[in-house]
Amino acid sequence: MAIERTYAEINEKIKSGKAVVLTAEEVLSLVEEKGVSGAARQVDVVTTGTFSAMCSSGVFLNFGHPKPRIRMQKVWLNGIPAYSGIAAVDAYLGATELPEDDPCNSNYPGEFRYGGGHVIHDLVARKPIKLEAVSYGTDCYPRRELETCITLDDINEATLFNPRNAYQNYNCAVNLSDRTIYTYLGMLKPGLGNAHYCSAGQLSPLLNDPYFLTIGIGTRIFLGGGTGYVAWSGTQHFPGIQEDGQGNSYGPAGGTLSLIGDLKQMKPNWLVGASILGYGATLMVGIGIPIPILNEEVMRCVSVSDSDLYAPVVDYSEAYGQRIPGNLGYVSYAQLKSGKISVNGREVPTAPLSSYPKAREIAGILKQWIEKGEFCLTEPVKLLPSCKDGITARTLEIKGT
Amino acid sequence: MFSTTTGRLRAVKPALQAEGQNRKEVNGLAPKRIVLRFGKDISDKPIIYYLVKDYDLVINILKANVNPNKEGTLVLELSGENYDKGIEFLISQGVTVQPLAEEVFRNEERCTSCGACTGICPTGALHLERPSMEVKFDSDHCIVCQICVKVCPLKAMEVRF
Ligand code: SF4
Ligand code: SF4
Repeated sequence: MAIERTYAEINEKIKSGKAVVLTAEEVLSLVEEKGVSGAARQVDVVTTGTFSAMCSSGVFLNFGHPKPRIRMQKVWLNGIPAYSGIAAVDAYLGATELPEDDPCNSNYPGEFRYGGGHVIHDLVARKPIKLEAVSYGTDCYPRRELETCITLDDINEATLFNPRNAYQNYNCAVNLSDRTIYTYLGMLKPGLGNAHYCSAGQLSPLLNDPYFLTIGIGTRIFLGGGTGYVAWSGTQHFPGIQEDGQGNSYGPAGGTLSLIGDLKQMKPNWLVGASILGYGATLMVGIGIPIPILNEEVMRCVSVSDSDLYAPVVDYSEAYGQRIPGNLGYVSYAQLKSGKISVNGREVPTAPLSSYPKAREIAGILKQWIEKGEFCLTEPVKLLPSCKDGITARTLEIKGT
Repeated sequence: MFSTTTGRLRAVKPALQAEGQNRKEVNGLAPKRIVLRFGKDISDKPIIYYLVKDYDLVINILKANVNPNKEGTLVLELSGENYDKGIEFLISQGVTVQPLAEEVFRNEERCTSCGACTGICPTGALHLERPSMEVKFDSDHCIVCQICVKVCPLKAMEVRF
C-alpha cells in the first residue's frame, strides 16, 4: 500500500526522537537503492538548503522612544538610510541600500563596500550601530534630531522580512559582447569567457517542491541561522515549467518565497553583507526548508538530482538588459557543476555564485534540529500558487505623457 | 611561442648560477620582485632572452602563466646593474610592469565558498574542488593580479604588503 503521512504523525515521531531525516543530497542514493516507494516508506522528512545573495531582503526595526520623543522622518544606520515612512520609531532597512554619498558606478566598476546588507550583518554580529534620525517636530513628538548608538539587544524588535528569497531556479549568465561586464551574476568576461550560475541545484528548496505540495504560508524554516517562516509567496512568484519552444520541457522555475523571522535569534555567519563589483550591496542569506514526505509523490519530487534540473543560458550583455525573450539553450546543473558547458558550440568555463558547501551545511543543521526533536514541522495555513495557476509576469509599460 | 622563451631561459639560469654568483646580490644590488603582463600579441617574443643577453640581468622566475596566443603573466626576481634599462626595454615592448610588493591571501573565516572568484582567477589558484564544491586557494599559483580582491563579494581575499 502506498504510504501516506500527516504532519501530526511526523511531528509525533520528531518529538519522540524517532523521525528519519535525510538531506536532499543523501536521499538520492536511498531512492536509487530502494526506489521512490521504498524510500517514501522509510523517510519522514527531507531537508533542503541554499546560501547566496538575496537582494530582496531587509529588516523592520523598532528603536524604542527617546526622551523627548521623535517622529523619525529620516533615519540612518551606520550612514545607510532606512525607510521611515511608517510609525514614529519604526524603520525598514533594505539589503541593497547605499550611503547617499557612495560613488556607485561613477567610479566604474563601483565597489559598494558598505550597504544595508552589511548593517544587517553587523546588527546580528551584535556590533554597535550608529543611529541618526531627523524630524520636523510635532506637539507630541518634539525632538528634531537624534544621534546615538544601538545594538540588536537594545532595541525592541528586529524582524527580518524578505519580500523575495529562495528563487526556485536561476539564469546561467554569459556575455556575448566584446567587453567585460559587471552584473548581479558577477563579472562576465567578453566573448563567452565564463558562465555564472546561482542555485544549489539538487539541494535547493523550491526545486525539491516544484509543485508547491508542501511549502506554504506558515511553513517553519531555517532562516539566517535561526528559525523563520514562509510569510507569503515572494514578489515575482511566477511558477512554471521551462520549455524550449520545440516541445521539450526543462523542469521547474519561477517560484519565489517571502520569508519572515526574528533577527535576534539569527547568526552572523548565515546573514552576510556582500558587495557585488559594479552592481551593488546585498545580503547573503542562508535558508533551509524541511519537506515532509507526506506520500510517494512528494518523495518523487525530492528525488531529483543535478542531472534532472536545468538552467537557461542568458546573455547579460544585451538580451537580459533589453528584455529580449528567449535564451541560448538549457544546461543541467550536473553540467554546470562539472566546470564546463557548451554554448553556441563553444566550451565555456562555469562558476557558481551560490555556495553549495554552505547549502549542504544548512540542510545538515536542519536535519540535526529535527532529529534532536528541537524543530517540529508546521502545516501550511494555505499552499502557494503553483504552475497550475498559470501566473505570468507583467511588464512595465512606459506610457507617453 | 613564449614557451620556447622560457625554455631558453631555463637553459640560461643554471649557467648563471654555475658561475658562482650570489643570485640574491648581483653587483651589490638586491633583486626586485616584479610582475610582467603580456598581451596576446607579444606573448611570442623572446623578451626574457633579451633581458639576459642585452641587459645582463639575473632572472629567477617565481610564477609563470604563459600560453601561446593568450595573455600571459610572469612573476620574476630581477637584478643587475642595467635593471632600469631592462625595465624600460620591457615597457617599450608593451609589457606591463608592476612591483610585486604584495601577496594575496584568503581570510578563511570570511570565505563562504560561494565560487564567484573561481571563474575569473586567471591561473586557477582559486578553484573548486569536486565533488565537494569547496573553493580552494593554492597560493603557489597566485600571480597577485588581485582580480579576486575586487570581485569577492565578502572581501575575503586580502592583500598583504
Ligand atoms: S569569491 Fe570570496 S567568498 Fe566566494 S569563494 Fe571566492 S574567496 Fe570565497
Ligand atoms: S590574485 Fe586572486 S585572481 Fe589573481 S591569481 Fe591570485 S588568486 Fe587568482
